[in-house]
Amino acid sequence: MSDQSDNPHKQSTGPDIETASRLASDREGPAIVSRRWLLLKAGIALNGLVGLALAVPIVRYLLAPVRKDDSYKSWISLGAADSFPVGETRLVSFKNPWTQPWDGETDNVAAYVRKEGASQFTVFAINCAHLGCPVRWFPQSQLFMCPCHGGVYYADGSRASGPPERGLFTYDYKIAGGQLQIDAGQMPSLSNTAKLVNIPTPGQNGSAKDGDCPCRG
Amino acid sequence: MPGMKQTAKQVYDWFERRLQVEGPIKDAVLHKVPRNTASWWYVFGSAAFTLLMLQIVTGILLALVYVPSAAEAWNSLNVLNHQVPLGWFLRAVHGWGSNFMVAVVFIHMAQVFLFGAYKFPRELTWTVGVFLLLMTLGMAFTGQVLRFDQDAYWGLGIGVFILSRVPWMGGGLVHLLLGGPTIAGATLSRFFALHVFVIPGTLLVLVAMHVWMVLKLGINEWPMPGRLVRKSTYTAEYNKLAHEDGIPFVPGAFWKDLIFSGAVLAAVAVCAAVFGPSGPGGQPDPSITQTVPKPDFPFLWIYAVLSYLPPSMETPFILIAPILMIAGLLAVPFVAGEGEKSWHRRPVAVLALTSVAVAWAVFTHLATYTPWSPHMSAWSGDPLPVQYLRDATPLVRQGAVIFQAKQCRNCHSIGGLGGERGPALDAVATRMTLDQIRYKVVTGGGNMPAYGKNLSPPEIEALVSFLETLHPANEQPAIDAAQQATQSNAAPAPASGAGGP
Repeated sequence: MSDQSDNPHKQSTGPDIETASRLASDREGPAIVSRRWLLLKAGIALNGLVGLALAVPIVRYLLAPVRKDDSYKSWISLGAADSFPVGETRLVSFKNPWTQPWDGETDNVAAYVRKEGASQFTVFAINCAHLGCPVRWFPQSQLFMCPCHGGVYYADGSRASGPPERGLFTYDYKIAGGQLQIDAGQMPSLSNTAKLVNIPTPGQNGSAKDGDCPCRG
Repeated sequence: MPGMKQTAKQVYDWFERRLQVEGPIKDAVLHKVPRNTASWWYVFGSAAFTLLMLQIVTGILLALVYVPSAAEAWNSLNVLNHQVPLGWFLRAVHGWGSNFMVAVVFIHMAQVFLFGAYKFPRELTWTVGVFLLLMTLGMAFTGQVLRFDQDAYWGLGIGVFILSRVPWMGGGLVHLLLGGPTIAGATLSRFFALHVFVIPGTLLVLVAMHVWMVLKLGINEWPMPGRLVRKSTYTAEYNKLAHEDGIPFVPGAFWKDLIFSGAVLAAVAVCAAVFGPSGPGGQPDPSITQTVPKPDFPFLWIYAVLSYLPPSMETPFILIAPILMIAGLLAVPFVAGEGEKSWHRRPVAVLALTSVAVAWAVFTHLATYTPWSPHMSAWSGDPLPVQYLRDATPLVRQGAVIFQAKQCRNCHSIGGLGGERGPALDAVATRMTLDQIRYKVVTGGGNMPAYGKNLSPPEIEALVSFLETLHPANEQPAIDAAQQATQSNAAPAPASGAGGP
C-alpha cells in the first residue's frame, strides 16, 4: 500500500474492503447473520421506544399555546364609565392582559367604545370581521370603514356593505366600581366568535342586541 | 515554479485520498446531456439555487444584527437601515433576493410545465419541486413577518382570520400560529424559528433531492413535436440521445447557467442599490389604526381574490382552493406522465398556463392599485373642482359640503380624486334621475352603506341637489318616462339645464 500512498487514482481500498466484508459475512453461518438482524431489530425497537417517549413531551410542549379561549381572558378596565360621552364612539387602547415583557408595542390593543345610555355600552373590537384589518371610525358619517377590502359598518356595528359576512365583534362588558371593564385577552377571530349572528336589516332601528355576539376574545 | 505545483498536487492528493469526492464530482460535471438542452431556457433552476445561496448568506449577515424579539425587532431593523454601515444594502439585497427568488422559481416551474419536463421519469422531481415552491413562498411570508412592522402585524392578522375559518380546529390552529392568544412576542419568536431553521432546513434537503434526481435522470431533452414519451422506451431513447448527440454538462450547458446566475445576482444588487430596502413601515403597535396594510408582492393576488369573492363563497374558497391548487400541481405528472412534450401539440397545457399567468397578473395589478379600498383621507384631503361649484345655489353648496364631510369621497371620485370603490360621480346626474339618486343615498345597496340611517332629511336633500348638478354642461340630467311625458306635453321650449325636472 505504501507505494500508492496518497495517490487516489490508483487506489481502490473502499470497494476492496466492501467486497472483503461481504465475503466474510457470506462465510458466516445463517444463524449468526440472523442473530445480527435480531440485534439490529432490537436496536431499531429501542430507538423507536425512546423516540416515542421523547415525542410525548415534545408534542405537549409544541401544543402549549393551544388552550381554552377563556383561560386567556380577563377583565380589563377601560377607564371610568362616566368619562365616555353618551351617544359617541371613542377609540380606546389597553394593555393586553396576557403578556410577556418582550411583547413590546404589540401588547397595546385598541377598541371602540360606544356609549348608548348611562350604563349602556357597546365595545367593538377594531378588527374587521372580514380579515381582521383595523377599521376606522368616521363620526361625521357615523360609519366604520376598513382600509383593506372596503368593509363598512354602521355605528351599531352591524354590517353596512363590503365583503364582511357579519357585523363587528364586540367584547362582553360590565361596570364595576364606576369603571367600564371588558373581558379581553384574545385577538378576535371567526373561530372564537364562530356563530354567525343575525344582523338587523338596515333601517330597522331596534339596534343589534349586542349580547348576541359576545366577542369571545 | 514546479516545486509549488508539486506541493499543491500533494496537498490535493492528501485530501482526495481521504475525501474521495473527485470521482462523483467528475461524473456529475462531465455527464453527457442532449446537445439541445444546452439552452437559455434551462437556466432558471440553477438561478433559483444561486438565489437560495444568496439568501442564506445575506440572511446570516442580517442575523448578526437583527433582534428576534417583538419589543426590539423594529428598532433593530431601523438600526440596520440607518446606523450600521451598508446595513440598508444588506437588507435590500435580502429583500430583492427574495422577490427574485419567488419570481425565478415560478418562471422555472412554468418552463418545466411548458416543456413537459415533469413527464416520466421525472415525476418525483416535479413533486419535490412543488414542495420547493411552497417552501419558497413560506420563506417569503415568514420573512415578511420578521420585518416586524404594521404590514407584518396586520398580514399576520389576515393569516389568523384565514386559519380561524377552519372548522373545529380553527381556534387551536390560531393559537399554534401565534404561540398564544394574540400577535405578540411569542409569535415573532416562532416565525423566526420557522424562517431561520425549519423552512431553510427543509428547503436544503428538498433541493438536494431535486438536484440529485436531475443528475441521475438527466436534464430534460428539448421537446420535439411527435417524439412521444413512453415508459417502456423513454430511458433507452434518452440515453441514446445523450450519448450519440450529447455534450458534457460542463462546459457545454453550464456556461449559460453561470452567466444567467451572474446576471440575476447583478440585477438583485442593482435593484437593491437603486430601490433600497423595503420598510420597516410603521411600528407594530396595533392601537395605531391609521394604517393601510398590504401584503408583499407574492401574496398580492390573494389579497385581490379575497376582495372580489362574494361573502358566502369566502370560507369554502379559502379552505378548499389552496388544497385543490396544491393537489392539482402534484397531480400534473401523474395525469399526464406520458405522451407529447412539445407545446406545439399541448394546447390545453398552453392555455392553462396562459390563463393562470394572465389571472395572476391581473389580480396582482388590481391589488397594487386596490380599487376596492376606500381612500381613508380623500374626504378631508381631496379638493372639489371649482367648476362644480360655480353659480351653485346655497343648497347645492351645502350638499357639496355634506358630500365631503360624510366621507362619500372616500369611495367616489370627483375630478379624478377620491376612492374607486364606487363609481366616479362626475356625470352621475346623466345616469340616474333625481329620485334614483335619492333612493340610492337613502337605502344604499351593493357595496354602498344606506346613508338614510346617518343623514337627516335636509342633509339628504342638499346632497341630492348637489349630485343632480353633476353633469356636463351640454348634457341634460336624466329624467324618467313620466317626467319626459310631462315635458313634451308642456311648452315645446327646451328645458334649461340649471332648472332640471
